[in-house]
Amino acid sequence: MREAIASGRFIITGEVAPPKGCHLEHMVEEAEHYRGLVAGVNVTDIQSSVMRAGSLVGCLKLKEAGLPPVLQVTCRDRNRLSLQSELLSACALGITDVLCLTGDYTTLGDHPQAKPVFDLDSVSLLRAAKRLTTGKDMAFYPDRKNPGQFIDGETLDGDPPDFCLGCVVNPGAVPVEPQIYKLLKKIEAGAEFCQTQAVYEPGKFEEFMTKLGEVPIPILAGIVVLKSPMMARYMNENVAGVTVPQWMMEELADKETRVAKSIAMSAKLVSELKPMCQGVHMMPLGWDKHVPTILQQAGVLQ
Amino acid sequence: MIASKKKPLEEILGYLQDAQSVFIVGCGDCATQCETGGETEVAQMKQALEAAGKTVTGTAVPDVTCNILDTARLLRKQKEAVAAAEAILVLSCGTGVQSVAESQESKPVYPGVDSLFSAVTARKGQIYERCVCCSDCVVGDYAGICPMARCPKGQLHGPCGGYDDGKCEVDRNQSCVWTLILERAEKTGQLERVLEHMGAAGVKDYQANRHPAELVFEPRRAGRL
Repeated sequence: MREAIASGRFIITGEVAPPKGCHLEHMVEEAEHYRGLVAGVNVTDIQSSVMRAGSLVGCLKLKEAGLPPVLQVTCRDRNRLSLQSELLSACALGITDVLCLTGDYTTLGDHPQAKPVFDLDSVSLLRAAKRLTTGKDMAFYPDRKNPGQFIDGETLDGDPPDFCLGCVVNPGAVPVEPQIYKLLKKIEAGAEFCQTQAVYEPGKFEEFMTKLGEVPIPILAGIVVLKSPMMARYMNENVAGVTVPQWMMEELADKETRVAKSIAMSAKLVSELKPMCQGVHMMPLGWDKHVPTILQQAGVLQ
Repeated sequence: MIASKKKPLEEILGYLQDAQSVFIVGCGDCATQCETGGETEVAQMKQALEAAGKTVTGTAVPDVTCNILDTARLLRKQKEAVAAAEAILVLSCGTGVQSVAESQESKPVYPGVDSLFSAVTARKGQIYERCVCCSDCVVGDYAGICPMARCPKGQLHGPCGGYDDGKCEVDRNQSCVWTLILERAEKTGQLERVLEHMGAAGVKDYQANRHPAELVFEPRRAGRL
């Protein structure tokens, strides 16, 4: 990711989800569609709180296939010991692009009875990850040898990890100001790139970008490829800050032309968003095979 | 106070399957306010148990059941009725149940309500969680509103991306605490301070919240400062 950010080019990232099962071949096949097109492929971390294989193993599989993984790490299921350990494990596997999120709440998923952890949140996780890159962890406890003094960070063995850290924002949230405040805190904490929640209305996104003002990190607009009017209605009802306009739903009404129209709409969206931001984050939810066409039609491939 | 709700009668009867005779204890404080263990609910429970074929040997509603000594004293006043019972059913929060158990060493004690949370009361019947007793109060940094208690994710650095129209993604009927905090901070003139803290907030020290917690101190004597 860091190379792509430094290049100043329009950045494209993709996303795949590990399965509920232990065979990740299909996930890697989906990610194949991104080969050569993207700076990174996010591997989701038990997204929507639905139990499945982990992000780290998914990243490893992508890496073995020669694809650039982005590890997603959420705070829902792990405390600070486990989160830092996960980050070290990732680095040991050569996975250093990391997207830090707070994570969906447990009751939204398929194990609503699970104990939610949230020991850290996205900002403190970013800080913890950044601190690891300085060679220290989050340890803080009384120094036995010097009463009254505290150990502030244990030193890591060997060279410290070097992470390129990412964060998220929901540009459609109402009110949007708290999102902006928090994004600025994430940037202060060490985020180097930002991927957004799904965007469907370029006008509203532009308003968000204007309110946000100039920030030192690239903002990658989230593109969730619409597959059907049903999916659009579901998103309108259930996904905070996401509004799929009526005309998009109508475009997808005819089953015969649906795929072609969906591709054309996504492509149009990407090309309209292009002047407003520094990249796009593609979330095709299984329609990964259409991503190359979308990007081509949008004219963002170099 | 501690908010509570009634357990289903079937669950209570399950506890009492081996006890033919029962003594019922309520609570004059929180469980009375929650209408789960006041005089009325204790009388209703007596009727329900009798309808289920049990004998109720007596009832008592201490002022504050979680006060171990006062509760023990009250039960001593009815010691025959307590002794005649094979089990005691307590309609109060879990601390009240265990307060009764402390003075009744050889008697099975069962809960008749579920404890919910430490609560504030607005109008009668409107009871809300405002504090999770985290042992390290932070409301001073958040315009007097606790994000630990009122954000499901207990975030200290601002809202997640899940709120919509100021409502929480976990429960659309509840306001996102962060919109409440920022609105109130604006009114109290603390906005800048709260925003600054949102960035500067550290991480919670969960050592301070270890169980079982205790507070033991030398109390002030009457007539002395």
